[in-house]
Amino acid sequence: MVPPMPGRRAPKPGLLAALDAFARGGLPTVLTIFAMVLAGGFAVMPGAVAAASLPCIFFWAVFRPAAMPPPAVFLIGLLQDLLTAAPLGSGILVLLLAYGAARAWRRFLARQGFLLVWVCFAGFVAVAGLLGWVLQALLGWRLPPAEPGLWQVLLTIGLYPPLAWLFSRLQSALLDAEVTA
Amino acid sequence: MIRLSIPLRQALSRLSLPLLVAAAFGVMLLGKADTVIAERARTALADLLAPIWSVVQRPVDAVRGAVQEADRLLHLREENTRLREENALLRRWQAAALTLEGENGLLRRQLAFLPEGAPSYRTARVVADGGGTYARAVLLAIGPGHMIRKGQIALDERGFAGRVTEVGTRSARVLLATDMNSRVPVTLEGSRARALMAGGNTARPRLQHWPEGLMPQEGERVVTSAETGAFPAGIPVGVVRWSQGGAPEIELYAQLDRLDMVRLFDYGLGGILPPEAVARPEPKGRR
Repeated sequence: MVPPMPGRRAPKPGLLAALDAFARGGLPTVLTIFAMVLAGGFAVMPGAVAAASLPCIFFWAVFRPAAMPPPAVFLIGLLQDLLTAAPLGSGILVLLLAYGAARAWRRFLARQGFLLVWVCFAGFVAVAGLLGWVLQALLGWRLPPAEPGLWQVLLTIGLYPPLAWLFSRLQSALLDAEVTA
Repeated sequence: MIRLSIPLRQALSRLSLPLLVAAAFGVMLLGKADTVIAERARTALADLLAPIWSVVQRPVDAVRGAVQEADRLLHLREENTRLREENALLRRWQAAALTLEGENGLLRRQLAFLPEGAPSYRTARVVADGGGTYARAVLLAIGPGHMIRKGQIALDERGFAGRVTEVGTRSARVLLATDMNSRVPVTLEGSRARALMAGGNTARPRLQHWPEGLMPQEGERVVTSAETGAFPAGIPVGVVRWSQGGAPEIELYAQLDRLDMVRLFDYGLGGILPPEAVARPEPKGRR
């Protein structure tokens, strides 16, 4: 007879385990929304709300797409449009397209070092900024000035490193939690 | 939970992104077709978040206050010299103002002038940035049971800041003078000529449509004009500055980049408000 291996038995997948998994899955979305609301409160620079959402979505789309499903991106985009005075729907579209592109290239991106990911992110932000400008022009039927868009792009690129640092801590904590669970 | 076969689930997850993109276009159409819905949703969200932002604002204010204090301590001597000079200048102005006040009172008595009542106002705290990349607006936290309505005029302690465009139960949105959609009729104080101040999302709004044969002078004072029935005449706006590109701009008196409190004045004016704003019931006890 082989003696039984010491250790805990795997708990049955019950309500608590489901809640745990749900909380773990929803955490990135909640954090993103929290970051946007907080950015709105620090009314030091216009456009901080829109600058906070893209780094969050990009990071989770690349490193943990299961935790940021497309409906969550839609919700975040809607919230962004409502929090800012942007034409309704423009933020949703930009974020969804950025999310789709990031998820499509995640196999390449997830294996790269931080600097290269950041450079790629900068490219994403530039394209997203251009798309946002075009949508603003089409929906407002007036040519908006380019300068605020440029500042917005720079602010978004600058917000990526601190957010990514925070999220990678969280990501490894989540991985640990999954291993022990 | 509904159990689905694995291929079906995969197909659904692959379809969800295109479906949501289509839904985004739908939201865009909805936002264009029904602006009232978008506005209601915005106001409801702002009402919900205003208390949170009010709390968040406290540590922000504390940090800002500390930075300002440090800055003041660093520049104490220069500031003192500047204030001494300004004080001397203001003393001369005070003498002039007292003389003019006396003269004005005398002339008013002779004309049997009926004074206008002082407009009522209330002060509100700026709690969040209500604009975005291509908009300049701020959100105010206001107590329930307020008398604030659309079209009221927001001034900071120095001059004109913007107008109220959306009002909820606990929050209000003020479109700043620098916003791309802001147009304010103004008077050039030196020549009494009418012009239009048009925002462009930059720090200084442009001056447009001044009468032919008259050039706005550098440093000329600009005040609001009562032209459209939307603003009372004579609210201080700023001074004319010619830009490097040779276009007249207005340097606002109001410090829009560091607004923390605004005064909302009710002059009882309802000019050029959008139709749905006029259709809204007036708060009781007004006019």
